[in-house]
Amino acid sequence: MVLTLLFEALSSIFMGEALAATVPLQGTDVAGSWDQLYFFLVWLSVFFFVLVVGGMLYFAVKYRKSVAPRTKYITDNHLIEAVWTVIPAILLMVIFGWGYNVYVKMTQAPADAYEVRVIGKQWLWQFQYDDGRTTIGELYVPVNKPVKLVMTSEDVIHSFFIPNFRVKQDVVPQMYTSVWFHATIPGKHQVFCTEYCGGSHSQMAAKVIVLDDQQWLSWKMGRKIDLTTLPTQGVGDDALAAAVERETEAKKASAVGKPGSVQLTGLAQEGKSLMQAKGCIACHSFDGAKMTGPTLKGVFDHDVELADGSKVKADENYLRESIENPNAKVVKGFSPVMPMFKGLISETEMNAVIAYIKTLKE
Amino acid sequence: MSSHAHAVPGSNYLNNETGLWSWLKTLDHKRIGVMYLFTILFFFFVGGLFALAIRLELFTPGQTIMDAATYNKVFTYHGAIMVFLVIIPSIPAALGNFVLPMMLGAKDVAFPRLNLMSYYIYILGAVVALSSLFLNGVDTGWTFYTPYSIRASSGTIMVVLGAFIAGFSSILTGLNFIVTTHKLRAPGLSWSRLPLFCWALYATSIIQVLATPVLAITLLLLIAERVLKIGIFDPALGGDAVLFQHFFWFYSHPAVYIMILPGLGVISELIPVFSRKPIFGYRAIAYSSFGIALIAFIVWGHHLFVSGQSEMANFIFSLLTMFVAVPTGIKVFSWVATLYRGSIRFNVPMLYALGFLELFTIGGLTGVFLATLAIDVHLTDTYFVIAHFHYVMVGGTLMAMTGGIHYWFPKMTGRMYSEKSALWAFILILIGFNVTFFPQFIVGAQGMPRRYWYYLPEYTTLNQISTVGSWFLLAGFVWVAIYLWQAIKSGEKAPNNPWEALTLEWQSPSPPPLENFEETPTVTSWPYEYRPEPSKA
Repeated sequence: MVLTLLFEALSSIFMGEALAATVPLQGTDVAGSWDQLYFFLVWLSVFFFVLVVGGMLYFAVKYRKSVAPRTKYITDNHLIEAVWTVIPAILLMVIFGWGYNVYVKMTQAPADAYEVRVIGKQWLWQFQYDDGRTTIGELYVPVNKPVKLVMTSEDVIHSFFIPNFRVKQDVVPQMYTSVWFHATIPGKHQVFCTEYCGGSHSQMAAKVIVLDDQQWLSWKMGRKIDLTTLPTQGVGDDALAAAVERETEAKKASAVGKPGSVQLTGLAQEGKSLMQAKGCIACHSFDGAKMTGPTLKGVFDHDVELADGSKVKADENYLRESIENPNAKVVKGFSPVMPMFKGLISETEMNAVIAYIKTLKE
Repeated sequence: MSSHAHAVPGSNYLNNETGLWSWLKTLDHKRIGVMYLFTILFFFFVGGLFALAIRLELFTPGQTIMDAATYNKVFTYHGAIMVFLVIIPSIPAALGNFVLPMMLGAKDVAFPRLNLMSYYIYILGAVVALSSLFLNGVDTGWTFYTPYSIRASSGTIMVVLGAFIAGFSSILTGLNFIVTTHKLRAPGLSWSRLPLFCWALYATSIIQVLATPVLAITLLLLIAERVLKIGIFDPALGGDAVLFQHFFWFYSHPAVYIMILPGLGVISELIPVFSRKPIFGYRAIAYSSFGIALIAFIVWGHHLFVSGQSEMANFIFSLLTMFVAVPTGIKVFSWVATLYRGSIRFNVPMLYALGFLELFTIGGLTGVFLATLAIDVHLTDTYFVIAHFHYVMVGGTLMAMTGGIHYWFPKMTGRMYSEKSALWAFILILIGFNVTFFPQFIVGAQGMPRRYWYYLPEYTTLNQISTVGSWFLLAGFVWVAIYLWQAIKSGEKAPNNPWEALTLEWQSPSPPPLENFEETPTVTSWPYEYRPEPSKA
């Protein structure tokens, strides 16, 4: 395509690293096509902006009252009006065609794509694989193979958005929608929910874990992947997020004159990571802040008042029940909106999570 | 109508009758326009406070000043107030009410009582909507997407009902303007001599009358579903969640043009007056308003490119949406061409017109990004969209409105404001606007979704720049309020026609008498007959 060639010539001149940083990492080939069209539009816009606003400023200065007291009586000019009607119309048709072309690439999944089922619910993403396994907050896929997600929602509309792959699709209750991608870079890629879905919408995140061939084989055999060894690609840097969290905690601690974080055991540390990965932190704070769900700070071994006014002691069994079947005993002042985790969390994971909750003392 | 019959000679519409009651029961289009103006400015202030709270919360990635639940309510009220109570009525109901009959050489609108009723319906809608604050507030976003809005707090019903009621005010104002424009033009004021502001209001009124009932029906269905549990939009009751989005945008997309067309009309008045030159391409500008109004009705699906709507529908809606850019481009190019070989005066209204051109051009060009199918998939529901429509709605409509207020202020109040003060406020607003909203294009393209209380720490810098910009905007608008208030209190007396404009409202005294003109004017030329003679001023 002539335009593509022209674009490449232009981009080598104009596209520095700074400009490339204004869009996310290119995690797929489609992302590359998207960027070409996007930057074509950026430069076309710069051209028209300079034409219009530059023209406006030039005329405004050149024909200011003090130097141009006499005007010229002009009411119209059919030729120039035809030019600025027809040329933009043609350009717009080119943009439309190009946009549709990339859109088809984005939406037409190859027939041999590896399929994963996705369920969105307030406020987590759940992934279901062919072998019956289910993960929450982490979508495991192979690198360099087409992957198709067949998605639905359990409650309200959500939207599955992977910035690095430039794909997004609403996830609608009682119907299937799908999205596909062909990831080219192994590592962790950020997923956002982009259709407002209530309370913890902005924390309804997940990661696409793109595995290289060896890791993929090991995941297929049921082994656990050590996520700490995988790099974060583009935005969603865990270390950065952790730094922000530490800073917030330190601010709060210094405000109340308390010491900072406590050293965690290996099991509790694992529980904390699990609670981040499974999306618990979308609704439950560890520091006493009231969010969509009750805070977990100081909850263990204390009495909890329920919606019906009765009290129950938050021991291991209460925590377990509240994770597996949250609507059984809802805390007073909160809505029964937490999804059931029965069958979605293993016994070892449950132990780790409870071990961490125990460390969150008043 | 007795008060209409006996205008005391030498009196004007402001001092003809005094006291609060004389305002509350007035049938004078000018007083109703002024009442709308103050009410809309009040809601702009309230909506603006919510906006500042949003920006302040987003100064840091996590919690800054409020929790997520509060934040979700704050952005909902910001959007609902600004759209339904500020921008939709802004130019038509406030400036249009005051100016349209005068531009036409009429004594009033066609139906003065209906006009007053529209105002009270608007107030009722606002009161009902804001009563939701006492019912746990609303956190659905101003778009009320189902099925979330069916399960959200009971206050949702009040906001939806408020928007439903306010819609009737919009329909009745539109109807009033259509009839007024058809029936009450002064002798000699043929359609081809109609000022472009009147053309724009006329096109807007048609959209208001035709599109708003669809919103009313949609909102009523939503209330019926919530109260009576009839399955329309909620899949759990057998409804279709996406159907609501079709219905909603079938109104709300044309509503975007209800919001912007009057602004385009204001700019078409300002540029020729301060260039001392005829508007370039009068016919093209007038017809392009209708072009935009027509296309407005068949592009709603571009809000649904990732909703699960069919690829064929996406193809058609993307193609049709491209054609919005053609008439819009015609207007922009015609305004720039009007400057060519003019004798340009940089009075405050003109500064706003030039500022408008800068911001509206960016808003328009980024609209092309979003009309392009593949590009929209990545950008929709990110901050890129937020930046785009703020450039159009605030950079476009509100800049045009502020320019229009500065332009007609001498006519409305009979006073002049300090142009020097106004210049500094303009600079603050223009810079503040760009600093607030330009970074949002970038952070949106980088992937930051809209309606996010928590955002990734990588997006912090751009968000902080944006927040700082919002303080400049605050300072600018507060400044405007201060010097305009001083001008009302103790400004210099305004001449009848301070800008030497040719439209009819300037032939009347400032402020105008009760029935606008001492005698009905006769029109002998079109309103842009600025002949090349050495300027008198």
